[in-house]
Amino acid sequence: MTAMLETRGLEVFYGDFQALFGVDVAIAEGETVAIIGANGAGKSSFMSALSGMARAKPEQIMLDGQPIGGTPAFDMVKRGIALVPEGRRLFPSLSVEENLLMGANGRSVDRGWSLDTVYELFPVLKERRSQAAPSLSGGQQQMVAIGRALMANPRILLCDEISLGLSPAVIRDVYRALSEIRRRGTAVLLVEQDLGAALKAADRIYCFMEGRVSLSGKPAELSRDAIRHAYFG
Amino acid sequence: MSIVNTIIQGTLLGGLYALYAVGLALIFGVMRLVNLAHGDFIVLGAFVMLALSTAIGLPAPVALVIALPFMFALGWAVQRLILNRTLENDLLVPLLVTFGLSIIIQNGLLQIFSADSRRLSLGALETASYSLGGITFGVVPLLTFAVAVVVVLGLSLLFYRTALGRTLRATSDSLPIVEIMGVDPRKVFAVAMGISFVVITVSAFFMGVRANFDPSAGPSRLLYAFEAVVIGGLGSFWGTLIGGVILGIAQAVGGAINPAYQQLAGHLVFLAVILLRPRGLLAGSSI
Repeated sequence: MTAMLETRGLEVFYGDFQALFGVDVAIAEGETVAIIGANGAGKSSFMSALSGMARAKPEQIMLDGQPIGGTPAFDMVKRGIALVPEGRRLFPSLSVEENLLMGANGRSVDRGWSLDTVYELFPVLKERRSQAAPSLSGGQQQMVAIGRALMANPRILLCDEISLGLSPAVIRDVYRALSEIRRRGTAVLLVEQDLGAALKAADRIYCFMEGRVSLSGKPAELSRDAIRHAYFG
Repeated sequence: MSIVNTIIQGTLLGGLYALYAVGLALIFGVMRLVNLAHGDFIVLGAFVMLALSTAIGLPAPVALVIALPFMFALGWAVQRLILNRTLENDLLVPLLVTFGLSIIIQNGLLQIFSADSRRLSLGALETASYSLGGITFGVVPLLTFAVAVVVVLGLSLLFYRTALGRTLRATSDSLPIVEIMGVDPRKVFAVAMGISFVVITVSAFFMGVRANFDPSAGPSRLLYAFEAVVIGGLGSFWGTLIGGVILGIAQAVGGAINPAYQQLAGHLVFLAVILLRPRGLLAGSSI
C-alpha cells in the first residue's frame, strides 16, 4: 500500500500535557480507515493535528511524501484535508446553504462536489436551504457539517465522532452517505466511539490507548478479544 | 411644537452618533475587539481631509473621496501590522495596544496641527436650511442622517448579501471553524478594519463640517460611539442606528431643559439601558 496521508511518530502537546506519543497511521487514496478508542485515548488530538488545529512537527505528517505537519488549518484544507468537527460546529447565524458555501472557501481543485451534488447526497438539505442552521435536527445538522466539508472537494474527509448523539436510524443514514462519498473516490478517516459502526464501515482500523496505537489491522482479521484488550487495556 | 423640534434635531444629531458607532460595532462584531483608538482615528480622518483641503486647496467633499481609499489602506495596515499580533486569547492586550495607539495619534496630531480648533468647510451649505411647518431643518444635519441610513443599509447588504459578508458573519460565529473552512482570519480582520476605516472617514467628514475639532476630540467621540452601540445592542447595525438616535434625542431633550444637562442626559439614558437591558434594546440579531 502506498500511503497518501501518513503520520510518523506524531506527538501532540497541549502546554505541558502530552496527548499523543509517537503515533504511526497511514491511509491510502480512496481508503476508509477508522480510529477507535476510549475517551481520552487521543483520537480527537490526532484529528486536530491532521486538520492543522493542533501543532505538529513538519515531518510528523506526510502528504504524498511531503512534510505538512504544522501547516495552518486554512492551508490544510486547501491541500485536500477537510474536517467534520466533533459536535458539528455549524455557524449558527448562517443559513444551511450559507454554511455549505463557507466550505467552498477551502477549495483548491474541483473533484465534483458542489451545492448540487451535496443536495443530491442529502436531499432534505435542499428543502431547508434557507433555514437557520440551529433550527435543524441533530442528524440534519450532521449532514450540513459533512456537506460543508465536502464543498472543499477534499481528497480525504476527517470525520470526528459523527454518530455522537444521533439515533440508530440517523446513524445508518449518515453511514450510507459516507459509503457514497467513498464510492466517489474520497478517502475517509473516521474517529468513532460506536465500535459496531466503525468496524462495519472501515477497510482498516487503528485502536488508540493512552496516546499510542495499541492495535491495527483489517476488521475481519481482528478477533473480538484482541479489540477488547486494545480498547480497554 | 418646540418638543417636536427638539426630538427632530436630536434624531438628526443621532445620525452622526450612529456614524461614529457603526465602525466600532463592526469591529467588535467580527473580532471581539474594542478599539479604544476609534475616536482618535475619526479625528485623524478629519485632519487628513483638512490637510487635503487646506494644503492642496481641494473642496471638502473631494478631500473625502480621496481620503476614503487612503483610510481603507491605513485600517488594513494597522490591523495586519499591529492588531493581528495582539489577538491571542487575551482581551487585555488589544485593549492596551489600542489605548496606546490613541495616545500616539493624539500627540502626533498635536505636534503636526497644534491644539487649535479646526473645521472642514462646506461653504454656504453649512448654514443652509429648510423650513417646514415652523421647524427648521439644517441641510448638513439632514445629509448626515441620510448618509447614516445609507451606510447602515450598505453594511447590512454587504453582510447579508455578499460572500465577504458571509465570511465576516462566520468569523464572528467561530474563529477556529472558519479556519478549517480555508479562511485566513488575519486577512478577514484586515479587510474588516479597512471597511471600518471607510465608515470612520465618512463620520469624520460630518464631524468636521458640523463642529470644531482638535487633536483631543477623539475620546469623547469614542464615548458617544460606545454609548450608541451599547444602547442599540452589540452586534446589530440597525440597532446601532437606533442607539445613536436615542442618544441624540436624549442629549437634545436634556439640552432643551438646561444646556448644562445635554451631555448628562445622554449618559443617564446610557446608564438606564445598562441597568434595565444590559444586552441593549435590539440585542439578539447578530451583526
